[in-house]
Amino acid sequence: MAEFKRPKNKSEYEKNFAQEYPLMNDTEAHYESSRCLFCYDAPCINACPTGIDIPLFIKQINTTNVIGAAKTIYESNYFGAACGKVCPTEVLCEGACVYNHQDVKPIDIGRLQNYASQKAIESNAKLFKAGKSNRRKVAVIGAGPAGIAAACELRTLGYKVDVFEAKAHPSGLTIYGVAPYKITNEEVLDEMAYLEKQLGFNVHYKKAIKSKKQLAQLEKDYHAVFLGIGLGETRKLKIAGEDLEGCHGAVEFIEKLRMKQHKVKAGDKVIVLGGGNTAMDAASETARLGASEVVLAYRRSKEAKGAYSFEYDLAKQVGVKGLFNVTPVRLMSKKGKVAGVKFIRTESKKGKLVEVKGSEFVVDCDMVIKATGQSKRVEFLKMIDGLEVDSKGRIIANDAFQTTNPKYFAAGDSVNGGAEVVNAVAEAKIAAQGIHKYLFPNA
Amino acid sequence: MADLSVNFGGIKAPNPFWLASAPPTNSGYQVMKAFDAGWGGAVWKTLGVPVVNVSSRYGGVNYKDKRLIGLNNIELITDRPLKDNLREIEEVKKRFPNHAVIASLMVETKEQWEQIVRDSENAGADGIELNFGCPHGMCERGMGSAVGQEPKVLETITRWVTDVAKVPVIVKLTPNISDITVPAQAAVSGNADAISLINTIQSIVGVDIDNFVPYPIVDGKSTNGGYCGPAVKPIALNMLKNCAQHANVNIPISGIGGIETWRDAVEFILLGAGSVQVCTAVMHYGFGIIREMLYGLDEYMDSKGFETIDSMIGKALPNVLNWEELNLNYKVVASIEDEKCIGCQLCYTACEDGAHQAIALPIAENGERVPTIIEENCVGCNLCSLVCPVEECITMERRDDESKKQITWQERTKKGTIPNTFNDQRGGGVGHYIPSPADALKKNEKYKIKRGKN
Repeated sequence: MAEFKRPKNKSEYEKNFAQEYPLMNDTEAHYESSRCLFCYDAPCINACPTGIDIPLFIKQINTTNVIGAAKTIYESNYFGAACGKVCPTEVLCEGACVYNHQDVKPIDIGRLQNYASQKAIESNAKLFKAGKSNRRKVAVIGAGPAGIAAACELRTLGYKVDVFEAKAHPSGLTIYGVAPYKITNEEVLDEMAYLEKQLGFNVHYKKAIKSKKQLAQLEKDYHAVFLGIGLGETRKLKIAGEDLEGCHGAVEFIEKLRMKQHKVKAGDKVIVLGGGNTAMDAASETARLGASEVVLAYRRSKEAKGAYSFEYDLAKQVGVKGLFNVTPVRLMSKKGKVAGVKFIRTESKKGKLVEVKGSEFVVDCDMVIKATGQSKRVEFLKMIDGLEVDSKGRIIANDAFQTTNPKYFAAGDSVNGGAEVVNAVAEAKIAAQGIHKYLFPNA
Repeated sequence: MADLSVNFGGIKAPNPFWLASAPPTNSGYQVMKAFDAGWGGAVWKTLGVPVVNVSSRYGGVNYKDKRLIGLNNIELITDRPLKDNLREIEEVKKRFPNHAVIASLMVETKEQWEQIVRDSENAGADGIELNFGCPHGMCERGMGSAVGQEPKVLETITRWVTDVAKVPVIVKLTPNISDITVPAQAAVSGNADAISLINTIQSIVGVDIDNFVPYPIVDGKSTNGGYCGPAVKPIALNMLKNCAQHANVNIPISGIGGIETWRDAVEFILLGAGSVQVCTAVMHYGFGIIREMLYGLDEYMDSKGFETIDSMIGKALPNVLNWEELNLNYKVVASIEDEKCIGCQLCYTACEDGAHQAIALPIAENGERVPTIIEENCVGCNLCSLVCPVEECITMERRDDESKKQITWQERTKKGTIPNTFNDQRGGGVGHYIPSPADALKKNEKYKIKRGKN
């Protein structure tokens, strides 16, 4: 698996993590937009969680009204540029394109969307306007996709918005959790700055809301609170050796990679535990960092994995090997560091996954990445009076994304349990409108 | 292999594909290159009175990603010295004796016409084409389309030429006239051996919307030009048919107008052209485009059993009638093949908004997208089949009783059975489905304008 040399500097890093969906040039955008059929009741629109009028923006690109196209996109989705690159378009808009039924390549909707949005950002096109002040204030906790989208929509409705973010950058997992070959840090931050500049919400960075006292203050100072808190750290596996040096949580590893880039060292032999999209990302990423062997180990069968098949294909393309129907028993150590994983084989019996007795074996490695899901922020949520969560720790909210504490609204991963950026953005917009309806019932 | 050679009104050529008088025939260099590539003939860029050309001469019409479906030019006739052109004609004829070289001419006085005809013949031209079509620049000086639009003047000048010419004379007609058969008949009266059509159509191809000037722009200003390219083919075919069917226009016709492929050429020949002339396709793709045309024509002729071009000429003419001669009993309805349908629903919206509300949508909840034809509403207009992006997905199926005798408007007029009040039962306009106007507002259309509400 010597496809990738270990990147020693930023340019080598960028080469290894070359963009999967590079920015289109004008000619390519013109040719691609020419192919759109302008379907009636277009399936792509219905497949988009934010319901962007896709045939319209594609037609606008085709008529060189690119800023108009961006306006169409941003009217429905504040993360227009980011979603164009990070959305799983294969299962959303592009997957719904009618061309698929004719075995013709679907329209490259994601890249067209990114093209138009980038043009608007680059030219600093004025697309948004804050609404006339309605003298109401909303606190937004978390500057992720949900928080920023809610802040944007609230500003257009005339609210003063303060966003409280624990980390140093906005956009949440868009910058901290998405694979670097899907979008660059610069692209993410440019869009965030573009939104913030035009809509004028205040983001307070490195200002985590952690205590009941802080929450009480927010409740006092603001007319409503929006929770865009996402999920927590990688869940514990609760097996021996988990705390050894060389064992990482996937979310934490990817965040480090996004921030430190080529300065992050992957092991030589890496084992990634998990079968979801994050596992695929982590496997691809360690391969691109120059690991000589990356094994993806999942407790169920290949078919049962949660990841999209195109994500698995992407990992395979960079040399990742799949190891299915195995579950980790313990991590092996050598001089206090991870030296391998002891697995036991599993099989499905009457629909239940059971371990095969006596089938233990050890795979050597010097790095383990656990991509076995993120925990819920249950402890934090307990501090909010009357706020209920379901059995899986997800915030319970109504159709307007109002929680069981009427002053609190919530959207994104903390409500849906973990989905795409686009879902969080779509929900947050509805939540913001819900806040408006709550504070101005007669509006 | 079919015989592609032609004898067009006495002008012989190895095939019917000729270059039209235009920039591609500006020089001996270009014509030799074209013949070498496979072209059968060339009508030389018009020789005539001295001119000066402007810089910036062409404007294009693009459709989506397709460049130059139409081209407009404000270039005039040749701006090279007459003696250079004549010398090069001679040189080309020497090297390609069996190819057709036709001199296109445009001068003013009788003496000038007689002189230039003799000069062209002396240079070895196989024929002469009179440029009565140029719709810009030259017409302002009383030449080109100014002649083509005045049948009497056209006839007079044609006669000046035919009286002295020893080689066949072709009159090239302008389409910038309401009835093309009038100048065509004038050409016949002037003893022309053949006609060619169409020359370019007066046009403005577009406007620079930032600077408020049409294209092409000459120092911030523009003028109308002559339009050609694939977009003009339907207009050319109709004018060709009008001339070819006219009893008094009984001379060969060289077809011109948007010909780019073998298929275009076949269509022109089937509607009566004895040779075809090409310009825009060469200006876009170069002389090499000829190979597609030659191979395609040859294969078509073999597949249809045509051994000569002559045997194909005008084959479609008997099937072009006046509207009043069409069978009013004939009835087709659209049929959608479910297996092929990709669910774009363009047929639905086209029929719903642009035709007769004869297509129904499936129940969306089932995830189903294949529309259905409501046969009783379908008037058989073809629109759905034209907008459908899938080949052969929507076909038109015959529904009338074929054993029944046909009836035409002409026959009904004779019988006195035409309607005499607005759309009475006999007119056929009563009885087919029209929704009530207010029903439109109940449709929750997906494309409603959403902006401007907040």
